[in-house]
Amino acid sequence: MIEKIKRERMLVAFTLLGFLIIAFIVVTLGNMLATQVIQDLGGLIKVTQDPVVLNSIWLSMYTAFLATLVAFIFGVPLAYILARKEFLGKSLIESIVDVPVVVPHTAAGIALYTVFMHHGGLIGAPLSSLNIVCEDAVPGIVFAMLFVSAPFLINSARDGFKSVDPRLENVARSLGASQWHTFCKISFPLAFRHILTGSILSWARAISEFGAVIFLVSWPRIAPLLMYERFESYGLSTSRPIAVLLIFICLTVFIFLRLASMRWQRHDSD
Amino acid sequence: MIAIKGVSKNWREFSLKNIDLEVRKGEYFVILGPTAAGKTLLLELIAGFYKPDHGEIWVNDKNVTRMPPEKMGIGFVYQDYSLFPHLTVKENIEFGLKLKKMPKEDVEKKLKEVMKMLDISHLSHRYPRTLSGGEQQRVAIARGIVIEPSIMLLDEPLSALDTRTQIRLREELRRVHRGAKLTTIHVTHDQTEAMALADRIGVMMDGEIVQTGTPEEIFHSPIDEGVAEFVGVENIIEGIVESSEEGATTIRINDHIIEAISSAEAGSRVRICLRPESITIAPSKTTSSARNTFSGTITQLVPLGATYRVEIDCGFPLVALITKTSMEDLGLRAGKKVCTSFKASSVHVL
Repeated sequence: MIEKIKRERMLVAFTLLGFLIIAFIVVTLGNMLATQVIQDLGGLIKVTQDPVVLNSIWLSMYTAFLATLVAFIFGVPLAYILARKEFLGKSLIESIVDVPVVVPHTAAGIALYTVFMHHGGLIGAPLSSLNIVCEDAVPGIVFAMLFVSAPFLINSARDGFKSVDPRLENVARSLGASQWHTFCKISFPLAFRHILTGSILSWARAISEFGAVIFLVSWPRIAPLLMYERFESYGLSTSRPIAVLLIFICLTVFIFLRLASMRWQRHDSD
Repeated sequence: MIAIKGVSKNWREFSLKNIDLEVRKGEYFVILGPTAAGKTLLLELIAGFYKPDHGEIWVNDKNVTRMPPEKMGIGFVYQDYSLFPHLTVKENIEFGLKLKKMPKEDVEKKLKEVMKMLDISHLSHRYPRTLSGGEQQRVAIARGIVIEPSIMLLDEPLSALDTRTQIRLREELRRVHRGAKLTTIHVTHDQTEAMALADRIGVMMDGEIVQTGTPEEIFHSPIDEGVAEFVGVENIIEGIVESSEEGATTIRINDHIIEAISSAEAGSRVRICLRPESITIAPSKTTSSARNTFSGTITQLVPLGATYRVEIDCGFPLVALITKTSMEDLGLRAGKKVCTSFKASSVHVL
């Protein structure tokens, strides 16, 4: 045994280092969940019956879903182009896709507010003349979430399309399939696992967003904002059960979607 | 009939230069060339996957240069088979049929026929990843021919298979071609494959078609040294024409005279090409109709499976091929003196 450890010194060191980072994540979440369940199960049960909490978690989930849906509709076609075509300015476009990931999200919040406010906002003003209000309204939440979460879906879908051999598309075309048909029957299904993973990431990112949303929409309150407000006004014991409930719901959805995506795995070459 | 007229294309690291080619209706045409000569790209241009930078492609007297691939009616088989990994064998094969809006019974009937022909009926519900290379290739061929294309394009269809499967599938390809009288273009780097299948061959090197002709013409009368080397002419020897009378030519190589059939003029510098399998080896001088006989010493014997490559020094180097049994019967070994002979008509003069 000691002999083996000596031989594999580097791998042993890597395992230890890797263990520490995993422990950091597990301990942080586990400690909170355990403390809540052991010390204050009543508080947790109480929030599951609090309509304000449930509404705000529901709001977060469905606005995140809408943001992901919009990212999907506009992002998947872009991802396909980026995976298949070479054109002037392609790396510029790819960099722009990544910008929301690197911009501090509070700064993004201010940018979003500037564009979407209904008095004089570049997009907000014309939208409000069409009776679509973004400020302190659901569309605002969706736009803010879209901004920060779309890159995850686009990049993942692009990698997915790249992993599909263009020769498969060529063969499908030679068999009489149009470009649309080839996309729907060959490219999309084969890239689907990547696209689904990207959508899950995008959705999770949207739910967790705080900074980008609050400048534009402080009411209705998304779950992270409610948590923050409760923490500021009443302290840890009031905000923590909400956090635990939100994590529990998110993990359930996450695990369910992960399992679903594994069904496609067997067809992937990578 | 397929006519390729002055087609050029630059694409990634490949370039095709001014390709002119005609493939006749019902012909089995093989494009033979080394790797990275641009052979696949040429097929992809014909299929309409990419458009040429210059030139035109005509199929049955119709200009199809700008036609989208789904309108071409071409069966295409790639080297790696390119089966749709998320579809079963049956779904792969019926992919094209379903697009033809045929009655369901007809689809089923055709499926059954083609699967029986290629002996893959038992694989119907399997996914491609569970099939062997040979099985995958049959499925790919079935998928291509079931749509009854007017042209079949095969990109190195046998090169990823083991020798036995290769030989079996070669027979299969020939059978399919004869049965459907399907105009076929088959790309390969393998001269044996080309020889076995082709009605005519086009030799492609560095993005150009350098020679077209029957297998006989290509293998025995290569147009230049490059083609000669590529098609396995191992003896390319320089000499000077001494005399030439009505085609009967004598060529001096060092102190030796070789007789050949050629129209080269006396005094000109030429290269003679001689395939290794055209040379016979005997332990001593024998009488035969072969006009050229030289004695020499074996310098090396290289095993090539069922055959041996024999290198002989006759005052000029010669390479011959001999079966393992003949080698053992004659007791050949390095250093042994032998007599080599070959016919004047086997010598091709460049």
